[in-house]
Amino acid sequence: MTTLNYRLHAAAALTAALTLLAGCGTTKLPDQAALTPVENRSPVASTQAPAVANPATAAGTPQSRVASVDLARGAGAAAAGGTALMALPGQRIVYFDFDSFVIKSDYKTLIDAYAQALTANRGKKLVIEGHADERGGREYNLALGQKRSGAVLNTLKLLGANDTQMEAVSFGEERPAASGGNEEAWAKNRRAELKDR
Amino acid sequence: MGLDYHGHKPPSGALRGAAYNAGHAKTLRAPALEALTSRARRAFIATGMAAAAGPALAQFRLEISGVGATQVPVAVAPFRDEAAASVAVSRVVRADLERSGLLRTVDAEATLDERSVVDLPPLRARGIDALLAGSVTRLADGRYDVRYKLWDAVRGEEVLGQSKVVLEGDLRLAAHRVADEVQHKLTGERGVNATRVAYVVREGRRYTLHVTDADGEGGAVALASPESIISPAWSPDGRQLAYVSFETQKAVVWVQDITTGARRLVANFRGSNSAPAWSPDGQRLVVTLSQDGLAQLYTLPAAGGTPTRLTRSSGIDTEAAFTPDGKTVYFVSDRGGGPQVYRVPASGGNADRVTFKGDYNISPAVSPDGRQLAYITRISGGFRLMLQDLADGTVLPLSDTQDDESPSFAPNGRLLVYATRIQGTDVLMTTTLDGKIKTRLLSTSRGADMREPAWGPYGR
Repeated sequence: MTTLNYRLHAAAALTAALTLLAGCGTTKLPDQAALTPVENRSPVASTQAPAVANPATAAGTPQSRVASVDLARGAGAAAAGGTALMALPGQRIVYFDFDSFVIKSDYKTLIDAYAQALTANRGKKLVIEGHADERGGREYNLALGQKRSGAVLNTLKLLGANDTQMEAVSFGEERPAASGGNEEAWAKNRRAELKDR
Repeated sequence: MGLDYHGHKPPSGALRGAAYNAGHAKTLRAPALEALTSRARRAFIATGMAAAAGPALAQFRLEISGVGATQVPVAVAPFRDEAAASVAVSRVVRADLERSGLLRTVDAEATLDERSVVDLPPLRARGIDALLAGSVTRLADGRYDVRYKLWDAVRGEEVLGQSKVVLEGDLRLAAHRVADEVQHKLTGERGVNATRVAYVVREGRRYTLHVTDADGEGGAVALASPESIISPAWSPDGRQLAYVSFETQKAVVWVQDITTGARRLVANFRGSNSAPAWSPDGQRLVVTLSQDGLAQLYTLPAAGGTPTRLTRSSGIDTEAAFTPDGKTVYFVSDRGGGPQVYRVPASGGNADRVTFKGDYNISPAVSPDGRQLAYITRISGGFRLMLQDLADGTVLPLSDTQDDESPSFAPNGRLLVYATRIQGTDVLMTTTLDGKIKTRLLSTSRGADMREPAWGPYGR
């Protein structure tokens, strides 16, 4: 702990005799002008309607303000109507070995069945969701998951399904099926899930 | 959501730095004797309420481990009338100055403001190098005039005086700017106290993208979602955040205006869209797209549009990071087997490899002077923050933790922020580039997961 005593000219301290800002400029922060709405110029026009908590007001918005956007629950893929591609919905996950994108022979029957279902009905659509276990970086794992779903998509294509019937996406490590930080959990997370669209 | 500052036990050893309440006196020695060795040392600095009456203000503690060799001692007086404002400006300034590791503050036990006449030689005789005093005045239109003066006791004269007129919501920002200006004047180093950090928190199935001041205070939620959010990236002017959201059941890149909340889609192509990186002129984004089969880098206009392919490999290319001159893009590629850091001209061309130690190197970040590369290496199963000199290739480990992620440079190039795990809790840490001075910026309560920090630019 340090305390200081130094002499002040007490009376002078209370006067405003001195020039305050000798030699230094006055800095003024600009008021926020009213902000025009941002136009969506993306090639895929998709406008969500966010629930903005505090809309900006003209000429009074602090620079520090952070607007809060709360996405409505359930903003996701709509459930596909009609019958599922597979009679047994449980049979829709392909598991992978560590660091591998090879579809093991265990899943040959499953893949063949999907290929047949897609070939038989060109109106049917499928999304393949790839996943990785939690070890490693998120972006790299996102790409690894994509490699897995991509491998399934390519196999289905070779077996006759059309490209336009399928999309391969990835959740990387963001949606683990099992937690636990051990090989048992990791093995359950290295997967590609086939879902009707 | 609330973020806890985990309480720390009061220090048992010698207290370096801030003294806020009258307590036992300590003879102030000259700075030469006070000079601290560069041995890493834990110093707990508690900031509490001033003894003088004032509104109840949040108490927080900084934990700074490791101390720099010399620190400039500055006496700071409470700003006149700051107790009547919603922010104790001088306390924010003092904490900012301490956090720099370059300065230490002491109580100026006197009522002063920027108009005071000050006798400097006695200050100098007591080893104090500078004095800061000021005022916070509410104007008729509801705004506040924050004024201050800085006296250099060594030179025996006032060296800085400013007035900042701000909306009440920007009082903390004004305090941070004061700290930046004082730090710059006294040390020659530009401060980053007025900058912000973005990061993501997951609690259960709820994900929130936060924006907080560089001191960890003033955190606000920019986006709340039932699905994951990753890879936030600041536009160079600090007004927008690009990020990846899984709200549509796949990885898509959005850009959001921070002040208004307006969002727009930037990359929603077939497959995964991720890892947005802004060019330094703000005109382009490099993103990772899998639309052609495998994850590769593409360049897009920042407003959205048709992507142009930037890298070509048979492996995964991702995690682009521009150099400050905008001419080169560093990225991660596993074209050689495991992921390593490469670089490619921003206009396209051949890529060459940059990291050679270890078999797994990811998450590159380039320093603002373009000379150093921070990244994460996997070593013995753990993930550690490393710093590489781009000229001679020497590599320095910056941490001794096992779960480091997402390094991001402060715009003054003096600090890095990264995410890690300490004793089971996810935290955001800052570190100096020699690894010696670390601060815990933020941590979450148990059950919440904090990650993906991105340090915002100057310019606010």
